[in-house]
Amino acid sequence: MTTAATSTPPRFAVGDAVKIDAKSAIGHCRTPWYVRGKSGVVVEIHGSFRDPVRLAYHRPGLPAQVLYKIRMRQTDLWSNYKGQAADHLDVDIYEPWLTPVRSAKRSAKTRVAAVAGVV
Amino acid sequence: MTTPRRKTHTREGLDGRAVHDVGGLDFGPIDRDEHDLAQWEKRVDAMMILLYAKKGVFKVDGMRRVIEDYGQQAYDSTTYYEKWVRALRNLMVEQDVLSAAEIEAKVAVVTAAFQTEGRDVAAGAIDWDSGLGKKGGRP
Repeated sequence: MTTAATSTPPRFAVGDAVKIDAKSAIGHCRTPWYVRGKSGVVVEIHGSFRDPVRLAYHRPGLPAQVLYKIRMRQTDLWSNYKGQAADHLDVDIYEPWLTPVRSAKRSAKTRVAAVAGVV
Repeated sequence: MTTPRRKTHTREGLDGRAVHDVGGLDFGPIDRDEHDLAQWEKRVDAMMILLYAKKGVFKVDGMRRVIEDYGQQAYDSTTYYEKWVRALRNLMVEQDVLSAAEIEAKVAVVTAAFQTEGRDVAAGAIDWDSGLGKKGGRP
């Protein structure tokens, strides 16, 4: 995959707590079902890439979308998870699927940030 | 060019989850044994690389989309390279590289040759997706 210019800077920064939207999509979609509605923290900004949702239908894939690496706790993803509490999963998510976890949810933000080792 | 339609087949009883989006579902143990590829599987791999990477007929995203558009029955009953070869077929028609009629004609020739040799032929193969076959004159 090649990077592509984007007209807008990344909305999120490394360390930001985010929630992955619990929405459904019609057609090609890169956001796995099992992470939707779950929270995590930005641990890397991969850059801007042509939009796979448009490329999948033979379109140019513009505007480009910012892709982030989001770190999530395994215990948040799987109710029956039996591994270590600190175990995490990194998943690449495009910006339109991310919503900031705001200060009203400070405890959640602190928790996910701690998971990522960024605070 | 055929403009592909956005659609999502959902997995039965799972509240809207798409057919291919199976992360976290229980499909039993994974077979981790190494196995040799059949000659046809290697050919499918070669065709995919040629058409996607060399010729730019479609993007990998398009290939994924076509496979994701299979119904649950087709998705669950086909192997890795069976999914690929069907994706190639559909993408060739979408992008006007081949018509459905041309593909059907070639399949008929190969099927007849196999039957003459007494070889097994998969009955009916896999149906065309709705919308694609019409373009090449197939009902």
